Amino acid sequence: MSLTGFEVEIQREVDGGLTTEDMTLSMGPQHPSTHGVLRFVVRADGEVMKEAIPDIGYLHRSIEKISEKVGWHGFMPYTDRVDYVAAMFCNQGWAMAAERLASIEVPKRAEYCRIIAAEFNRIQSHLLSVGSMAMDIGAYTPFIHTVREREYINDLIEELCGARLTFNYMRIGGVAWDIPPGWREKALSFLERFEPLIDEYNALISYNKIYTERLRNVAAISAQEAIDYNLVGPNLRGSGVRYDVRRDLPYSVYPELDFDVPVGSGELGTLGDCFDRYMVRMREMKESCKILRQCLAQLPQGPVIAKVARNFKPAAGDCYVRIESARGDMGWYVVSDGTAFPHRCKIRTGSFAAMSIIQKVSRNLMIADLIAVIASFDLVAPEIDR
Amino acid sequence: MQELVDSLVADGFVPGGLPLWVAYLGAMLVFGGIVVFVFILPIAGITTWVERRVAGRIQSRIGPNRTGPAGFLQWLADGIKSVLKEDIVPSAADVPLFKLAPYVVMTGFVAAFVVVPFGGPLIIADLNVGILYLTAVTALVVVGILMAGWASNNKWSLLGGIRSAAQIVSYEIPAGLSILPVVMLAGTLSMQGIIGHQGWAPWTWHVFDNPFTFFAFFILFVSALAEGNRTPFDLPEAESELVMGFATEYSGLRNLLFFMAEWGNLYVIGAVVTTLFLGGWQIPLALADHPVPRIVLQFAIFFAKAYFWVFVAVWLRWTLPRIRVDQMMIMCWKYLVPIAFVNFMGTAVWMVLFPAGVPAVRVLLSLTAAGLLVAFARRVVFHVRRALLTREELSFNPLSTARVMSRG
Amino acid sequence: MAVSDPAAVHAVLRSHFGDAIGDLAGTRPDNAGTTVAPSAIVEVCRFLKTETGLAFDCLSNLSGVDYPKRNIIEVVYHLYSYRYRHLFVLKVEAPRDNPAVSSVAGVWSAAEWQEREVFDLLGVTFEGHPDLRRILMPEDWPGHPLRKDFVEPEEYHGISTSRESLLKT
Repeated sequence: MSLTGFEVEIQREVDGGLTTEDMTLSMGPQHPSTHGVLRFVVRADGEVMKEAIPDIGYLHRSIEKISEKVGWHGFMPYTDRVDYVAAMFCNQGWAMAAERLASIEVPKRAEYCRIIAAEFNRIQSHLLSVGSMAMDIGAYTPFIHTVREREYINDLIEELCGARLTFNYMRIGGVAWDIPPGWREKALSFLERFEPLIDEYNALISYNKIYTERLRNVAAISAQEAIDYNLVGPNLRGSGVRYDVRRDLPYSVYPELDFDVPVGSGELGTLGDCFDRYMVRMREMKESCKILRQCLAQLPQGPVIAKVARNFKPAAGDCYVRIESARGDMGWYVVSDGTAFPHRCKIRTGSFAAMSIIQKVSRNLMIADLIAVIASFDLVAPEIDR
Repeated sequence: MQELVDSLVADGFVPGGLPLWVAYLGAMLVFGGIVVFVFILPIAGITTWVERRVAGRIQSRIGPNRTGPAGFLQWLADGIKSVLKEDIVPSAADVPLFKLAPYVVMTGFVAAFVVVPFGGPLIIADLNVGILYLTAVTALVVVGILMAGWASNNKWSLLGGIRSAAQIVSYEIPAGLSILPVVMLAGTLSMQGIIGHQGWAPWTWHVFDNPFTFFAFFILFVSALAEGNRTPFDLPEAESELVMGFATEYSGLRNLLFFMAEWGNLYVIGAVVTTLFLGGWQIPLALADHPVPRIVLQFAIFFAKAYFWVFVAVWLRWTLPRIRVDQMMIMCWKYLVPIAFVNFMGTAVWMVLFPAGVPAVRVLLSLTAAGLLVAFARRVVFHVRRALLTREELSFNPLSTARVMSRG
Repeated sequence: MAVSDPAAVHAVLRSHFGDAIGDLAGTRPDNAGTTVAPSAIVEVCRFLKTETGLAFDCLSNLSGVDYPKRNIIEVVYHLYSYRYRHLFVLKVEAPRDNPAVSSVAGVWSAAEWQEREVFDLLGVTFEGHPDLRRILMPEDWPGHPLRKDFVEPEEYHGISTSRESLLKT
């Protein structure tokens, strides 16, 4: 049988005579949707990616090395820079690690102050995450609306600790400043305004047909895979694993508070797809509001910082503190050798784990999907590199 | 405009001995210059201002408000800034193509105005193949964009160019198939002829002529958005994916030309749907003896109709996310093309069955459209009022700066 | 039946691996664990992951600590079980001059990048790792920065790594 015309071309391709070359794209370190300086080396055949290889380290500031040089108290401002979108959690992680090593009891009011600050920070971080996710998908308006509310939280936290981004609010043994007079009412007034807005965001973008079509069934991660790659926080819960450090390995005053842990259910597609991860964040904001209302109602009187020596020298030993940051289970492995300087501090962050799974999930997605995947993991570049 | 030149020649305004073609050429240059500098460039610029103000309202912020009243002169300031900026040509670019590309895009866009009517007698050239000419020259834009994507020697730009080519070429088909019913109804390809076939009243418009043209109208508008690279079809630019697509490497005046074409194209889209489906410049008053008020009124009504669709496109852009490239293709080939084809065949059958049209259907369709509009307006009012009633105001002035919440 | 108590986990490990397992150390749940001989780490990890009742399905953290006085580099594994919600810590001691530990990337995928990080910052070679490259530092960076005796190079590709203080005393 002889081949003609177009069939010849096809046959030639089958025989390997006609070779096509993959296009190698360097996405980042400067790219509008990498949220900081990330880089992906994308091998693509037209619009379809064969794989996306993450290349990190562009924001490596040796924070772990700095911890060994600046002393226990002195490291607190540096922790802000680990994850500047959710700095309260880094503050808290470091403070808790030092307190655990030195067996310091934190006053009750200080614990509440910490939780209030941290939960506000969680809402703030999630607002940025869901807003920028919408922006990456091409809808600019939801981003502006979420950032508008984020500004009010910034105002509240600024009043609490004087900073809007890198808070440096917590201290070993408590918090730096007590809640100012009248702040409680402002916080409640904000929650009153904010809670209905979550539904408004859902009406605005979450169930938009184009938006859901872009997110559903994209980069679905099974629960087993998520655990194997040590995904944490909303990324893990998006895959249907009901695990939250606040509930399962409780710390601070979380055992006294009542809240749910939302998980993904594959409501519009496969379990663990981008939409599930996105919705988990949306629902967590509501839970955070619930926690904040309880905390603001139960706020006890008393001091906000324990007596801690200026020349702080915890006993030799190591500890591994887990806290539920906005990006999930954040691990602080801190080793003390009994001197005024930590011997070693390793910060295990959620974004680092999420970054490591991208190469696997990005196979055979489209380039536009990679943007959705990055956004749905809520990657924060400084947290990956530290 | 040929009649005008002919009458001027007959009246002796043109010096004797001058060949006729020189007179025509001069007239063309003069009219072209008037249209380009008095209408096209300002309309493209003002649309950017409108877009930014509308976007500001949608995003609960203000938008440009510093240059001129309500920031109206912002477009001029931006234009001057762009012109004065350094014109960078990447060293690895294909220089001649790189420099040529914006002009090709601009040509494709400006040439469309040759057949865009402005009022009764106001049209540069009422070609007897008007709408065919328009679809042909607007397709020139794709050549320019592909040229820009290729010549930039940047993979992201190339991807943008290829996306644009695929998109524009694909959406030409549903757009063309949606134009055909109107051409069949009017029996002419001339823009003025098509408008002349309709009246001022909604039930005489082509869009309400029969159910098929009703859908054809929407398909044409969606396809036109896709051809104009507007959200939700802005894949060739795709800020968050391809940085700025084919325009990434462009700066200064060349970048300005691309964007002028994009915003100017919005008006072309509005003008085309107004001409084909919405009665064009038809006005209820005869005003046969008062040409100036008549033309002004015709121009105003046409402009209002066309600009309404510009507003809708802006509104869509700030409301919708962007679809993915495969979804865009699926939408075109699996949905729009078959539906447009059914519309085309359906109109043909309708014309055979009811050669004089069915007035009841026309009235019914226009009432349906009016009903939809009213329902939509009520919904908007309801949501705005609910938001105003239920949303808690912050009980405090935030500490750092005295910001005041704007309502709604 | 879950074996959640660290002492019980330790006892199970002892009975299976004998001398490869050191003494139980640590007092709190977050640091209770044991040392493991470098040669046995992969088997121990695989056992901990697959054994019913233990099911440590997640490697939460893998880090390295430099102890110049003891002349060792300690690689620390923090394990967590999502099934039973319990924790355990493994520590492997490797000699400082040529630290080499078997890679557990085949047991938990999460170990792949974490081992790369420990290799990059502390210079521990993970044998059997699929792709052991530097991850945070540039490929040609000299030395491993988190070692206690690391001396910062004067310059990197002609770029000075320090500058004069602008404050004159």
